[in-house]
Amino acid sequence: MTEPQARTLVSSGQLNRHKVAYRVLLTLVVVIATLIFIGPLYFLFTDGLKSTAESVQVPPTIVPAHVHPGTYASAWNRVGLGRLLVNTLYYAFGALAFQLVFDVAAAYSLSRLRPVLGNLIFALMLATLMIPATVLLVPQYVTVSDLPLLHLNLIGSPEAIWLPSVANAFNIFLLKRFFDSIPTELLQAAAIDGASPLRTLRSVVLPISRPIIGVVSIFSLVAVWKDFLWPLLVEYGYNPNRETLNVGIFEASSTTQQNLVLAASAMAAVPTLVFFLIFQRNILSGLTAGSLKG
Amino acid sequence: MADLATLRPAKPLSPARSRAGDRLAAKARRNLSAHGFLIGAVLCFLFFSWYPICREIMMSFQKTHLGVTSWAGWSNYVRIFHDPTFWTAWKNTLEFTVLALIVGYAVPFLVAILLNELRHAKGYLRCLVYLPVMLPPTSALLLFAYFYDPTYGLFNDILRHLHLPVSQWVQSSGTGIPSMAMISVVIAATWMNMGGATLIYLAALQNIPGELYEAAELDGAGLLRKIRHITIPQTRLILSMLLLLQIVATMQMFVEAFILTNGGAGVNNNTLSVVNLIYQYAFALSGASNYNSASALGVVLMLVLATFSGAYLWLTREREGAR
Repeated sequence: MTEPQARTLVSSGQLNRHKVAYRVLLTLVVVIATLIFIGPLYFLFTDGLKSTAESVQVPPTIVPAHVHPGTYASAWNRVGLGRLLVNTLYYAFGALAFQLVFDVAAAYSLSRLRPVLGNLIFALMLATLMIPATVLLVPQYVTVSDLPLLHLNLIGSPEAIWLPSVANAFNIFLLKRFFDSIPTELLQAAAIDGASPLRTLRSVVLPISRPIIGVVSIFSLVAVWKDFLWPLLVEYGYNPNRETLNVGIFEASSTTQQNLVLAASAMAAVPTLVFFLIFQRNILSGLTAGSLKG
Repeated sequence: MADLATLRPAKPLSPARSRAGDRLAAKARRNLSAHGFLIGAVLCFLFFSWYPICREIMMSFQKTHLGVTSWAGWSNYVRIFHDPTFWTAWKNTLEFTVLALIVGYAVPFLVAILLNELRHAKGYLRCLVYLPVMLPPTSALLLFAYFYDPTYGLFNDILRHLHLPVSQWVQSSGTGIPSMAMISVVIAATWMNMGGATLIYLAALQNIPGELYEAAELDGAGLLRKIRHITIPQTRLILSMLLLLQIVATMQMFVEAFILTNGGAGVNNNTLSVVNLIYQYAFALSGASNYNSASALGVVLMLVLATFSGAYLWLTREREGAR
């Protein structure tokens, strides 16, 4: 369990002198943190097993007196979780595909092909980081409902989620910085072999960029999965059948019994929890890569 | 242009092929393909980011009457400044931001310092604090709404066991600052979001050279003095960057109030945030839906947030420059 430890505030010598105090502190931290962070999840999953009457009983029971696994089945049907799940997966992976194709190509071009005005374009992209998307809610909605010049209405179509997700300056920034760090000799070798820029991107750049592409992919999937306001506007407002998990459960929550709402919320949380457990290492290291090193 | 050479054969070109015309054509071809790689992303930025920014500013100075759009001067701004809800929303947003910073800024830093000292269970604890960040916000918030329920909620049950007065939590009508309703929103928001900040602090703490602590110990510095004179100065830049990032993030609060208090209005608009109000102006008030007032409010929020994120970008550049 012990990791190699760098020198921190308290030295190992001091720790060894106060072994008991350290043990007590460690146990306290682990127990309290587990209560705070796993505790609510315990209720999320067990309260969905209660009957409707028990879920609104005073005082609340800690352990369900009677276990009703059927609650989960009826919540699944009542909220239409299957459809919501398929919708959300479709939006999330579609957005990922668009982002990978367009953002990787753009970052590669800005980093290696250096077109005329490339620096200006990059600066304009970075400038959008200063203006968060929620602020642009109204003009974005108006634009998506009638794209200028093309006069396309994207409201209700998955592109309304996919295409705006490509305009992500942070992705381009991370990818470009990584591409900048690729040794020039590697790309020169490919050019001597007569490889076109596309071929170089595919056979040289992409294989060595797997870590950063992994980070970008994970965060783009999570972002679409967690988004609430934009899908509420562009999908739900148009056709409730196209809503995402977040929006669907929220819309159902006001007209559904408490235990069903909790069971549905618990089931909606499962995919992200599984995803986190699988990619835990990448997510935690990617988090700091974005802000600190990378 | 030195960079273009990187993709060209390193061999000198033969005299016949290096004629000016050929070179120009080759350059144009390279530029064309470079722009070809860029075009998809640029179009998306154009349609969904650059154009909406300009459009928001335009719309805030326009009015639409019976389908005809005309210039309206400052009238949209005058109207929202005279709307009492505008001031309530700003008061709530600032209250949320300040509370969220007191809790959500200091707590992760202290937790990170503590985690950094532990020699065991670090991986487990790191996962634990980040777990809620991964949850779909609706799941987390509906769960908290259930805990906050004044009659059958878990939180009042705990208070009853401790013989403390029970609370209405998010449904409190009190107007004090800070109001109980807003504190409840902050508790839920902090639980959901503190993992990210904690892990970034933790990484920053791990970058502090250990010799500094050793030197301080030789000088007889105690725990608190080491924190004050080494830990905080060494992480100062990360601390200020995260402060700005969190201000920008918390001022955009929407979903917490929207889900916890069923649409954001709550009791007496107790938890209505600025973004909640933009949504109300634009989409919720049936019949009186007005994109122009919403745009004016959007421009006001944009100016406030751009100030903070501008400062953030400037600090980031300082940091990159320092290395």
